[in-house]
Amino acid sequence: MVSEQLVDLSRLQFAATALYHFLFVPLTIGMVWILVIMESVYVMTGKQLYKDMTRFWGKLFGINFALGVTTGITLEFQFGTNWAYYSHYVGNIFGAPLAIEGMMAFFLESTMIGLFFFGWDRLSRQQHLVVTILMALGSNLSALWILIANGWMQNPVGAEFSYETMRMELTDFWAVLFNHDAQAKFVHTVSAGYVTGAMFVLSISSWYLLKKRDVEFAKRSFGVAAAFGFASVCSVIVLGDESGYSVGEAQQTKMAALEAMWETEPAPASFNVIALPNEAEMKNDFAIHIPWVMGIIGTRSLDKQIPGIKEIKAKNRERILTGIQAVTALNALRASPNDEAARKKFEEHKADLGFGLLLKKYVADVRDATPEMIEKAVNDTVPRVAPMFWSFRVMVGLGMLMLLLFSACLWHSVKGTFANKPWLLKWALFSLPMPWIACEVGWFVAEYGRQPWTIYGVLPTHLSVSTLSVESLYGSLAGFVVFYTVLLIVEMFLMIKFAKQGPGSLGTGRYANEAHH
Amino acid sequence: MLDYTTLKLIWWLLIGVLLVGFAIMDGHDMGVGTLLPFVGKDDTERRVVINTVGPHWDGNQVWFVTAGGALFAAWPLVYATAFSGFYWAMLAVLWALFFRPVGFDYRSKIHNDTWRRTWDWCLFIGGFVPPLIFGVAFGNLFLGVPFSFDSFLVSTYSGSFWALLNPFALLVGVVSSAMITFHGAIYLVHRTQGEVQRRSLRAAAFFGGLMMLAFAAAGVWLWTGIPGYVIQSAVDTGGLPNPLAKTVVREAGAWFANYERYPATMALPVMGFVGVLLAQVLARTGRTMAAFWSSSLAIIGVIGTAGAALFPFIMPSSLDPKSSLTVWDSVSSQVTLSIMFWVSLLFMPLIIAYTSWAYRVMGGKVTSAYVRENSHSAY
Repeated sequence: MVSEQLVDLSRLQFAATALYHFLFVPLTIGMVWILVIMESVYVMTGKQLYKDMTRFWGKLFGINFALGVTTGITLEFQFGTNWAYYSHYVGNIFGAPLAIEGMMAFFLESTMIGLFFFGWDRLSRQQHLVVTILMALGSNLSALWILIANGWMQNPVGAEFSYETMRMELTDFWAVLFNHDAQAKFVHTVSAGYVTGAMFVLSISSWYLLKKRDVEFAKRSFGVAAAFGFASVCSVIVLGDESGYSVGEAQQTKMAALEAMWETEPAPASFNVIALPNEAEMKNDFAIHIPWVMGIIGTRSLDKQIPGIKEIKAKNRERILTGIQAVTALNALRASPNDEAARKKFEEHKADLGFGLLLKKYVADVRDATPEMIEKAVNDTVPRVAPMFWSFRVMVGLGMLMLLLFSACLWHSVKGTFANKPWLLKWALFSLPMPWIACEVGWFVAEYGRQPWTIYGVLPTHLSVSTLSVESLYGSLAGFVVFYTVLLIVEMFLMIKFAKQGPGSLGTGRYANEAHH
Repeated sequence: MLDYTTLKLIWWLLIGVLLVGFAIMDGHDMGVGTLLPFVGKDDTERRVVINTVGPHWDGNQVWFVTAGGALFAAWPLVYATAFSGFYWAMLAVLWALFFRPVGFDYRSKIHNDTWRRTWDWCLFIGGFVPPLIFGVAFGNLFLGVPFSFDSFLVSTYSGSFWALLNPFALLVGVVSSAMITFHGAIYLVHRTQGEVQRRSLRAAAFFGGLMMLAFAAAGVWLWTGIPGYVIQSAVDTGGLPNPLAKTVVREAGAWFANYERYPATMALPVMGFVGVLLAQVLARTGRTMAAFWSSSLAIIGVIGTAGAALFPFIMPSSLDPKSSLTVWDSVSSQVTLSIMFWVSLLFMPLIIAYTSWAYRVMGGKVTSAYVRENSHSAY
């Protein structure tokens, strides 16, 4: 049996490296469109200032992009190195969007970024703009494919288990592509990236304005960021709500956990604004709720019920019991593939195979599972409530704060008064970390909320790992910590240096803090 | 839909194409990275060297990323078993690759000799280590890898990292490393002039010679000292993939069986040698573009030689030979292979088209004058 320590370390390594990668990705996805907007204005008006804006923000974009590339490869490696059984079990479906991502998105993005930086003197204005647009398309398409893959982990449609090959196999590719969870996740995640890009440009421009230097450059940049950011933050919130409205079971479990909804309430359910969840007694020690709101968000109706945690667990207990039958039949089938009785029994129960596999965390042969083990497995099926509840509220709270900020910025940007409003500029400056925190917390809600599964209802996390030694995991984790810390220091050093220097770093002779030749 | 056997064969070829694409495209900028500290003596020369691949290294690296993704989608068991089994080797490759994006992008952003020299050696590591380890890994495929599957197809690997570093595998590592460095040298001859070009020509002579020597030696060693693997049971090539359903034995000389059966495959090793020799001649007579293609031909020859010898094996198991992974039994389902085939057919020509365009736009010699004039935007 796989040791729990190995599973925990593998999860920790994946979480750490994915969260780290996700520090750089949202900025790339969002900023690339800001570059497109700036360069489009340059091509349409011929104003040098907009070309300088594209090049300067492009420089900061490049510093961030380098680490995005560096840390992205880690994730592709890690499915194979640390999640070997997962890779075998679902590679048939999950591998396809990853490979398509490479062919359709990464090639485009990475080829065009070279021309973006080096092609200014070799391409016509229009050609260069096309290059920038293709780079933006490439980076956003990569988000699409990886979220199609991730959406399938949340809601595994269009696939079926085959006992002959001992893995999930693709039955309907279109179902995987047009999976509701994938589509909702895609728009929500890229919009969050757009907000991140906008906040980055907004905050740094505000700083120049507070310092009263490169004022014209900073004002134009601020204006672009305010408008783009406002549109994006609206889209994040509306589309985040769209992710909430989902029929999938994984989504229902997550929702019950992040709402600390222990009981199934009569429709439409109320929404807990604040609560103190008590995991042991399965109740909230304290709660403030608003009637109806949850029911409307979750079901888009007044009469459909949302299942509470207790109801979900009761259902899952049944599924685990049938799952034992499925695993037992599968064992028999693997030993003798022509066993007709076993095949019949397996076909009958195979929908609950994944639930039976949950018991493998506690016992090698699931037939030997004791009632205590079954009880533990049932409790595993819903993630811990408090971390879900609070992280979700942090994410939503930050989203609301950013909506307020971008509304104020857009308002004063339209009126043309923002440059002499130090309170607004300071507010924008100090809001810089917000989108990153929201993005990281959002990742946590989505991925921690899917536990104990890697593929919801299909493959438990503890079965997904590679059979490595715990020492190997400690070693690799230590290596990642060292590399990533050094890389972050170097990146931050360069980012701060060039952000401080400002457009003078282009060496054009038109700005403060000119670079030395 | 194409029949399953054909699809399995197509995907063996396609993975080969992606590996060759990786070796030709990412290979030349890895070779450039390896040579950087040696063919560039001062900062300007080194910037010349770096800027020959500056606009392209990122796109080239995607050959690697895509090959990984395709392996995941088309041969999930190979991806899972190789990456987890070769855990430390893969991490070494990964960590070496870390140095490339930051090395290229950050090096020339700061005017400081120590900073720049440090990044130059980082770029060296990023160029030198991956091809070496891939070669060593390939060498180990011929020897067999110690893994086995249980009835749920959970793989267990029982070797250590150090066991991978055996003499034969290291020799194959030299073949791979020398081939990629040679390729990078030829590319530098094509894109530079003056001193840097002269040094690159010398490097090409050395690494081309080394590669041919090591390639020949590895062939002789394989012929005389390393038994191959043979599937003994009948193979249902179109059947559902199940790696445990066959029997496999080791047999002296078996890695040469395909060359006896299909003598046309002998063209592959010949291509390896002729490609290198021809590239040398062409580079010396100033036909540098042709030299690059000729060196690419050598790469196709060398990788093809290994692939043809191993076929239908991908990753034989020394621990439990019946667990060996082959072209027939470690693949994805027919549906997935079929979809991915059509997707590749659609995108590969597009990728090749815009990559060629990017090279055309950025073409010509990179000179010291170019680096000086663009000191704020060039690498």
